[in-house]
Amino acid sequence: MIPAAFDYYRPTKMDDVIALLKEHGDDARVMAGGHSLIPMMKLRMAEIPHLIDLQAIDGLNEIFIEDGQMTIGAMVTQHDLINHAGLEAAAPILREAALQIADPQVRYMGTVGGNVANGDPGNDMPGLMQCLDATFLLVGPDGERSVAARDFYEAAYMTAREDEEVLTSVSIPAPQGGYAYEKQKRKIGDYATAAAAVQIIKEDGKCTAASIAMTNLSDTPIYSVDAGAALVGTAVDAAALNAAKAAMLGDIDPTEDNRGPVAFKKHVAGVILARAIERAWSRA
Amino acid sequence: MKDEVESRDDRVANLKGMGCSRKRVEDARFTQGKGNYVDDIKLDGMLFGDFVRSPYAHARITSINAEEALKVPGVLAVLTAADLEPLGLHWMPTLAGDKQMVLADGKVLFQGQEVAFVVAEDRFAAADGIEAVEVEYEELPVIVDPFEAMKTDVVLREDLVADDGSIPDGAHGPRTHPNHIFTWEAGEKEATQQVLDNAEVLVEESMYYHRTHPCPLETCGCVASMDKVNGKLTLWGTFQAPHAIRTVVSLISGIEEHNIRVVSPDIGGGFGNKVGAYPGYVCSVVASIVTGKPVKWIEDRMDNLMTTAFARDYHMTGKISATKEGKITGLHCHVTADHGGFDACADPTKFPAGFMNICTGSYDIPTAFLEVDGVYTNKAPGGVSYRCSFRVTEAVYFIERMVEVLAIELGMDAAELRRINFIKKEQFPYKAALGWEYDSGDYHTAWDKALTSVDYDGLRAEQAQRVEDFKAGKTRKLMGVGLSFFTEIVGAGPVKNCDILGLGMFDSCEIRIHPTGSAIARLGTISQGQGHATTFAQILASEIGLPADSITIEEGDTDTAPYGLGTYGSRSTPVAGAATAMAGRKIRAKAQMIAAYLLEVHDNDVEFDVDRFVVKGAPEKFKTMKEIAFAAYNQAIPGIEPGLEAVSYYDPPNMTYPFGAYVCVMDIDVDTGVPEIRRFYALDDCGTRINPMIIEGQVHGGLTEALAVALGQEIAYDDMGNVKTGTLMDFFLPTAWEVPNYETDHTVTPSPHHPIGAKGVGESPHVGGVPCFSNAVHDAFRAFGLRQTNMPHDHWRIWKTANELGLHD
Repeated sequence: MIPAAFDYYRPTKMDDVIALLKEHGDDARVMAGGHSLIPMMKLRMAEIPHLIDLQAIDGLNEIFIEDGQMTIGAMVTQHDLINHAGLEAAAPILREAALQIADPQVRYMGTVGGNVANGDPGNDMPGLMQCLDATFLLVGPDGERSVAARDFYEAAYMTAREDEEVLTSVSIPAPQGGYAYEKQKRKIGDYATAAAAVQIIKEDGKCTAASIAMTNLSDTPIYSVDAGAALVGTAVDAAALNAAKAAMLGDIDPTEDNRGPVAFKKHVAGVILARAIERAWSRA
Repeated sequence: MKDEVESRDDRVANLKGMGCSRKRVEDARFTQGKGNYVDDIKLDGMLFGDFVRSPYAHARITSINAEEALKVPGVLAVLTAADLEPLGLHWMPTLAGDKQMVLADGKVLFQGQEVAFVVAEDRFAAADGIEAVEVEYEELPVIVDPFEAMKTDVVLREDLVADDGSIPDGAHGPRTHPNHIFTWEAGEKEATQQVLDNAEVLVEESMYYHRTHPCPLETCGCVASMDKVNGKLTLWGTFQAPHAIRTVVSLISGIEEHNIRVVSPDIGGGFGNKVGAYPGYVCSVVASIVTGKPVKWIEDRMDNLMTTAFARDYHMTGKISATKEGKITGLHCHVTADHGGFDACADPTKFPAGFMNICTGSYDIPTAFLEVDGVYTNKAPGGVSYRCSFRVTEAVYFIERMVEVLAIELGMDAAELRRINFIKKEQFPYKAALGWEYDSGDYHTAWDKALTSVDYDGLRAEQAQRVEDFKAGKTRKLMGVGLSFFTEIVGAGPVKNCDILGLGMFDSCEIRIHPTGSAIARLGTISQGQGHATTFAQILASEIGLPADSITIEEGDTDTAPYGLGTYGSRSTPVAGAATAMAGRKIRAKAQMIAAYLLEVHDNDVEFDVDRFVVKGAPEKFKTMKEIAFAAYNQAIPGIEPGLEAVSYYDPPNMTYPFGAYVCVMDIDVDTGVPEIRRFYALDDCGTRINPMIIEGQVHGGLTEALAVALGQEIAYDDMGNVKTGTLMDFFLPTAWEVPNYETDHTVTPSPHHPIGAKGVGESPHVGGVPCFSNAVHDAFRAFGLRQTNMPHDHWRIWKTANELGLHD
């Protein structure tokens, strides 16, 4: 469990980070909290000759809330997220989800940016960000660009981020209505067997909008447009729940692992989604 | 403070002797990060060794090329079997009478097997060196199923087949197939068959007790240092049995035993994982001899989970017969035991399946028969951990499931079925059908106390209502009431029937009283977290009348501690605890003579009273043990040698038989398979209780292990022999979050043959806990027709049970 030798960089300016990425290309990676990258290096599943630590870059760990828009710096930790009163008021689902990630020790180090940028289908934040229709800000040699969370994920560990780009912040429009993040896991510290992020708007007893994303049930997070659509216009009754479940099951593609076979995962995904919708609806 | 003004109660309290919840003296250093574990040892010029391990479960090795590895900066040497062969060290004996490759000798038999040992200046260079060693493998068919192993033409151990193709006997008698290790029988085969054939009620059930691992916080490791000037080898390591390791090292290396010093420093949990001898020890010793420098080897977490001492892997089939009223008449048990590539259990020589013949449990079963087949497969060797070599956990799981299955067949309440079959108090000492003589017990009292404490009838009523509600669609949660009543067999053991590799399983204690009235006692055992420095001082305090706080307990250094067989199998209190008491009594006997001399009376005219000898009938005339200690060294006493020391080697006359009654209340989410433990009640009877707080801690720890094993912890292999659970992501190690609140309780039935009546408790909660958690899962589905489903009861397996019972329709 000892990584191959690597050079360690701790630049203080983003320009220097970009320059290092340009110089070393594929051989360089940036590191935020390190909770995904370092274990992979220790297992020698990832060899990173040039490791660029982002801890010393100013301005990456700030949280802004203005004009109905939240901006969360890439180096904001899960712990920061949980303990930010403004975020809790503006988007309580963030706190509810972050509390279900690993344990306090991990959450002190694990960052929002690392969680969304790594492209690990087991991570909770990518699905959550899709549910919230977040936008990721990427900085590269040619300047900045934004990519919607719903367009960001291509396959396991494959994202729209180019090798020379760094994800610097996440912007989220303040969500409306009820919310829930429901996750089944085997134990503390585990990835989800199935997890669902739900935001739902209720007007006059009817659902007028619903956003649903699922975690660890495909090689990317799954934003299920059809599952959300199945709820719109209904009173979120049993029939609507079943329709949403059926739509979601059409979108996910789980694989068997130590958590269980595909049939089990699909069943649990349906149960977890229904529970998330019910809880979100009760809060809407 | 004057003795005269102290009340007797004060004097008793000052001793902090037996029965006192004395705080653990070890914790001051452990809670401040001041423990001294093997990886804390740093010696001048120390090198680091680590293994190239096989990625394959079964393969021939066609070549090993270390050329590139030796070019890695800091890498000094790469050892292979070819290097060890001239020393006769490429294989080593196991504690079960088999032999095991130290480094792969032409082939590998399990994933993770040690292939080459890279010696480098530090662990980082060693890791790079490992990557650079080129090994060519030729894959062979992989056998992970022991039943298939007994049929296949694929021979795992060519070394155990004669040139003419015949199969020589093994260490435990005839073998019937190249992959067969032993068949072991206990009890009466034909008589049992007759009883079963003529039974009013007969049930048969098969169950698999999966392979798991204890995953101690600290992994295995050692530091070997050969001093070529004085010819002395010092070996520090995570050894649960340092003296046995010294003897084994001497036997296999040829170094005389007085030139070997084995030291177990602080050990971060053992659970049997640190009993056996591992290739890392041998390679470190050889590397130190070759380089003339100290060599350290420390497993990482994956090495530990994948290669050192697993537990269980028992396929058990039982038949149990009874009268229509539920009186059990006979029991038959067959086991196919998967031992992996080598038989590396640490069982007493005469018992290749440990004490599996305790499988009649707590019940008065007149006739029984047990048969165990040991089999080789392409899995890691071990079978030591979690009480595994002694197989009591397997035995108790077996009988506690069979009783539940019988209750289902009879339509009886499982608590009542147990009650009518318990061995009665007046039957002790009780000779069981499979040979053991239970020392003492009062099962009915314990059972009644447990059932009353949890309001058993109320739980059953609530459960019945829950089933109604479930059927009516009002809830999706079922409720299980898990029961277990276990009888342990610990304190191995009497030399007449217990030895490991010919080493008798006695234990020892040596005491020196210092002139000022404090003491040091050394034992042949070694604590791995059990708190020996606390509890053994308490035994002595009560025996010799000096405060526990004035007694240092030392273990683990073979140069200073008396010979003993170490700590595992809950044997420290029953064996070394007895030795401690007996040595203390020798001290007291001499003290009595000194006191009589000082008080100018006859020896028989003084008697021991807490912390002093008093003149009978004249309690104002006394000498405290402190005064006696001073006199022993500093006063010429006619006919008595100076000094106050004693040593005792204790060979127990019998095993001890702790027991307990556990109840678990569990709610199960039928749709997700998630179990939630609402309540866990544990009544333990470990005989005389030395330190109630430490007992409670041990019970909490053991129950948590049991919860892990029952609900998810496993070492799983795929068909290619790849370990699927080699990291803590997939290997279930419960945290505070997953652990319920435990309610502990006790009764006290002392062991009649033990000097202080203590029986040992370390493993009881594991032994009794696993069937209790498992029975709770089973019980939740009893109303829907479930009879048996295998552990571990993780989410998907519970869900599968619900699914197969049609509860998702």
